[in-house]
Amino acid sequence: MKPLQLLFQSSIGKKMIMGATGAAMFLFVIGHLVGNLQVFLPKEHINAYAHLLHASEGLLWIIRLSLVGIVGLHVWSAVTLNAQNNSARPSTYGAGTGPFGASWASQYMFMTGLVIAAFVVYHLLHYTVQLSAINFAGKDFSTLTVVGGPQNGWKDVHQMLVIGFGSPIVSLFYLVAIGLLCIHLSHGASAMFQSLGIAEGAWRTRLEALAKCVSIGIFLGYASIPIAIFLRIVS
Amino acid sequence: MRVNLKVWRQPGPHARGEFKTYATPDLNPDMSFLEMLDVVNDELTLKGEEPIAFAHDCREGICGTCSLVINGKPHGPHRAVASCQTYVRSFKDGETITIEPFRAKPFPVIRDLVTDRTAFDRIMSVGGYVSVRTGAAPDANSIPISKIDSDRAMDAAQCIGCGACVAACKNASAMLFVSAKVGHLGLLPQGQPERYRRVLAMVNAMDDEGFGNCTVTGSCAAVCPKEINLDFITRMNRDYLVALVQEGVGRKGAKEGAGG
Repeated sequence: MKPLQLLFQSSIGKKMIMGATGAAMFLFVIGHLVGNLQVFLPKEHINAYAHLLHASEGLLWIIRLSLVGIVGLHVWSAVTLNAQNNSARPSTYGAGTGPFGASWASQYMFMTGLVIAAFVVYHLLHYTVQLSAINFAGKDFSTLTVVGGPQNGWKDVHQMLVIGFGSPIVSLFYLVAIGLLCIHLSHGASAMFQSLGIAEGAWRTRLEALAKCVSIGIFLGYASIPIAIFLRIVS
Repeated sequence: MRVNLKVWRQPGPHARGEFKTYATPDLNPDMSFLEMLDVVNDELTLKGEEPIAFAHDCREGICGTCSLVINGKPHGPHRAVASCQTYVRSFKDGETITIEPFRAKPFPVIRDLVTDRTAFDRIMSVGGYVSVRTGAAPDANSIPISKIDSDRAMDAAQCIGCGACVAACKNASAMLFVSAKVGHLGLLPQGQPERYRRVLAMVNAMDDEGFGNCTVTGSCAAVCPKEINLDFITRMNRDYLVALVQEGVGRKGAKEGAGG
């Protein structure tokens, strides 16, 4: 069989696709966080950052479509692998089964992933598509622009975040999704190394510990944004 | 001491199964778990009932035939111990012990607690060996191997192919078993010529049997009576990746066993 065919058809091939796309999304999640933490700086910083991202619409669309492709492959591999897993165990144990040392996160990757996927769709409609109907703020985000100063006429992303996270229901969904992302990554960020054939011996323990620390860091970083807006530290 | 056994009874592969509860006669706490089943079966036979069918052979933890799930855990309460070396003293007097077969689509129940695990044999038949010319026994130590590699190969070679990893995995994945077999030969000099075609062929056979996929929960390693660890799955994944690359660049070694 051709290697590409094996990659997409075999169990290990699909796990590699899942691990590699997971790694790419993990890097995106960190990059996205670092960019958005600029909300804590004077508002010109995050507005300039947003302006920079839109500097080349062509490049932006290449990156966006690549991300959609990566997410698509991750979801596709998850759905097909999960279907195989379910069919491999048609009857359950009468006495139930223990986790036998498996972490909670590792057992519920598919479920946490589904909720995160639903959140990502909402998050894109909320801030990227800027669909007014779902922002619970009664404002059209696409009309928010900076008035006066050197950034006159630029998108006012800072104001968009403040208004967007001003809605408690939006912030709550955001916090739940980020919490689940943290749980998902606490397992996924180390398991991906195994799927790609990397983590062995002492490195397994180190990567597992590192994945947990980084995912908690990611949770705290992301959660700090709506919390700071709620507490009016950022306004 | 006496215990109550809640045992899965299923007359045949396609029959409906159900749990039945049996009170044991007075037991010696130092009996093995399987000896306890023998005693219960003696009593059932005398009563004219069908004895409980269960798989067993060496009863010294080396053949991989015993396959019970005891109180929800493959091979019972202990770590690194097979069902046959579990003893009655590990349970409380008067306790109700649930005994059921391994559950996985590729391991269909033949009868009661006996499952058909020939899926493992079919995986072994496509690569769980080295092809060597027969002849006189080679001189000892004629092929140098590092102590580290020989120790790790021995760790993998401990796998007795019982299938507890499949039974414990929430996805009924056989990756720990296959990785032990791939890893054991892949670490030895004799296994090198067929290393990459072996991993392609064995993984292909594993997928064909309908096993689930690894989600790195670690349940398999936790119940393994021979303590095979997850590192072998990492190694198998790496060998598989190398094999795919070799396939891509058209190297002969990997091509031969690509499974179609």
